[in-house]
Amino acid sequence: MSAVISANRAFFNQLRKYYLFYTVGFLVFLFVLAVAEQMGLSRRWIGYSFLFATIALYAGIGIMSRTMDAAEYYVAGRRVPALFNGMATGADWMSAASFIGMAGTLYLSGFDGLAFVMGWTGGYVLVALFLAPYLRKFGQFTIPDFLGERYGGNIVRSIGIFAAILCSFTYVVAQIYGVGIITARFVGIQFEVGVFVGLAGILVCSFLGGMRAVTWTQVAQYIILIIAYLTPVVWLSMKYTGNPIPQLAYGQVLQKVTEREKVLANDPKELEVRGIFKARADAADAKLKALPASQVEAKAAAEKKVADLKAASAPGEQIIAAEKGVADVRDEAAAKAAWTKEKGLAARAGPPKPHADPFPGKDEKARDIARLNFIGIVFCMMFGTAALPHILMRYYTTPSVKQARQSVTWSLFFIFLLYFTAPALAVLAKFDVYHFLVGSSFASLPAWAANWARVDPSLLSITDINKDGIVQLAEIVLGGDIIVLATPEIAGLPYVVSGLVAAGGLAAALSTADGLLLTIANALSHDLYYKMIDPNATTTRRVTISKILLLVVALIAAYVTSLKPGNILFLVGAAFSLAASAFFPALVLGVFWKRANKWGAIVGMLAGLGICMYYMVRTYPFFGGVAANQWFNLNPISAGMIGLPVGMITIIVVSLLTKEPDRKVQELVEHVRYPDLKGDTSPQAA
Amino acid sequence: MELTEKHKEYWRKNLIITAILLAIWFVVTFVEAWFARELNQYSFLGFPLGFYMSAQGSLAIYVVLIGVYAWYMNRLDVEYGVDEGEDA
Repeated sequence: MSAVISANRAFFNQLRKYYLFYTVGFLVFLFVLAVAEQMGLSRRWIGYSFLFATIALYAGIGIMSRTMDAAEYYVAGRRVPALFNGMATGADWMSAASFIGMAGTLYLSGFDGLAFVMGWTGGYVLVALFLAPYLRKFGQFTIPDFLGERYGGNIVRSIGIFAAILCSFTYVVAQIYGVGIITARFVGIQFEVGVFVGLAGILVCSFLGGMRAVTWTQVAQYIILIIAYLTPVVWLSMKYTGNPIPQLAYGQVLQKVTEREKVLANDPKELEVRGIFKARADAADAKLKALPASQVEAKAAAEKKVADLKAASAPGEQIIAAEKGVADVRDEAAAKAAWTKEKGLAARAGPPKPHADPFPGKDEKARDIARLNFIGIVFCMMFGTAALPHILMRYYTTPSVKQARQSVTWSLFFIFLLYFTAPALAVLAKFDVYHFLVGSSFASLPAWAANWARVDPSLLSITDINKDGIVQLAEIVLGGDIIVLATPEIAGLPYVVSGLVAAGGLAAALSTADGLLLTIANALSHDLYYKMIDPNATTTRRVTISKILLLVVALIAAYVTSLKPGNILFLVGAAFSLAASAFFPALVLGVFWKRANKWGAIVGMLAGLGICMYYMVRTYPFFGGVAANQWFNLNPISAGMIGLPVGMITIIVVSLLTKEPDRKVQELVEHVRYPDLKGDTSPQAA
Repeated sequence: MELTEKHKEYWRKNLIITAILLAIWFVVTFVEAWFARELNQYSFLGFPLGFYMSAQGSLAIYVVLIGVYAWYMNRLDVEYGVDEGEDA
């Protein structure tokens, strides 16, 4: 025993030394690039340096960790210390959406966006209390493994495989999409090429070394992403509050933002712009109601305008604009689309949403619905967190139950560092926009705004609606992602920090994609092939098959991503609801209720998953559903709030109606409940 | 193997601590969110309280809850002789 102790301790010390060197090395790299920038290194080359240096680094770790051993490949040899598993889980968990999108969501939706912040952290309480220590004691390779052993038979395992692939695949597509966006934006290569460059980064690591390589890469990625996230926010906080701890300092900034909101809500210039939007939306609405006659009229008027301009030999761009006006109303469908879009301007006719105000709405009923949906999102994100296989899998990799418990604490601590910074960033950015961008003149916009509005209008567009030459809040349209991407420039930092942020976003997306792809490939190779098709397969064969599948799944995911499917954010949310409905009840009852049996699990998982999918299809427009089908006005993203209780109750009822599980299963349950049961003869005892 | 009384007591204690921590989790999550508007009438460190809890307070409490659970259970393991030995 003592030999093992000293070996584990030595390993921990060694890791600490390596990652300390690595962190220092990374900071030196940043410093060198910063100096090079001062000496005239172009932005493009800074972008390349970050992209290739970090991907080469991940590849290097992958090559060093290559393995053909099953325990190493599937669970990193079960010797990842709690602290490092915490970092790896943090990187595994925080996706492109968390890193780039979260602060933007908070900027745009204020308090209501906090549902994600709470949901994506509070879920770890459930992981810690209900799952991590027991799964570690069970000590196999995958989540379907647990379901298969606990409930017996291949049906439960198959449902587990299906659900694991369903939620992981939708999620992985969103990550690869994030990789494409980042590489395209910062390195200037084409989106589709960026997708495959990123894919190479993912594959060279997970392909060679499986979980082992992914773990050590994720630790490295966590360090990059947290440095990248905190640096510009700390700077911004210094700039506006003189306090380098943004999380403490932004209370006073929030007060100023709130005061400014009240001023802007009644500012005459703002009212004027909003009035223009309202008038345009009303006019479009009237024309929509008068279809089809209004289209004929509008087309005639537009054609006349073109003819008039041509007759008066007006400047070319005016004529082109007028011709576009004709195209917009060329037939009924086009006119309807154009006017529906114009009618949407009504959304910009309202006053700014109070940032700190929970559940705003026009009346009590609307506010109650907003509150219910806030709770719904918190619920689904939490229980989804505690059911996503790529996260739960990480707790198989610690050396002991004790360290699995500690490891959840570290995981949440490392995740917390980013998630409690995001609301601060959102408020600081809002302060800047409300105080400095609003009220500036179009002739001299703040540099960051001018720059981003030129680069990407979908992230920032400012139009002088009332032609007064001054920016009004209502004239700004802002895409959420810009908050994180533009922070270094808002804070007045050199471009090298923007490159750092891009590298951080890339690390977040790649690390999550790694974990997800591994989950899918393992579900197929370990659960489907080894456990169900060929139980006699040799270790080498299993690992080889897993690697091939990884490649295939990655290529399919990249292909799907390159088609740019819409509604990615919805799909990510959907993955949480699906995971919560399918997995959570069966996993938790499997540990806490000995009486839960095979038929309960089969029917319960199918019922939970089924009702969740049914609700989404019925209520989400993408699948042809309509909002009128909603129950209790619950948004489709929160379908898990229905699916999970249904799954839970079904498992209980069906289990009670059918036969009690046999002695062997009950012994397995006892086995997972005690970290070390002396005299335990269960076959699982290792 | 047959579980001894001591084993059963260990499991009961585990269930109790789990229930207590879960109750706190429920309060700082769902009760807090439900009354966020009312909580916002109070101020904490310059923040409206409801906003502060959802953005930072509840998150910090989650970290503490998990930490307490790990600490308590790891001690309970030793006390009831179900720990995994020195090495863990």
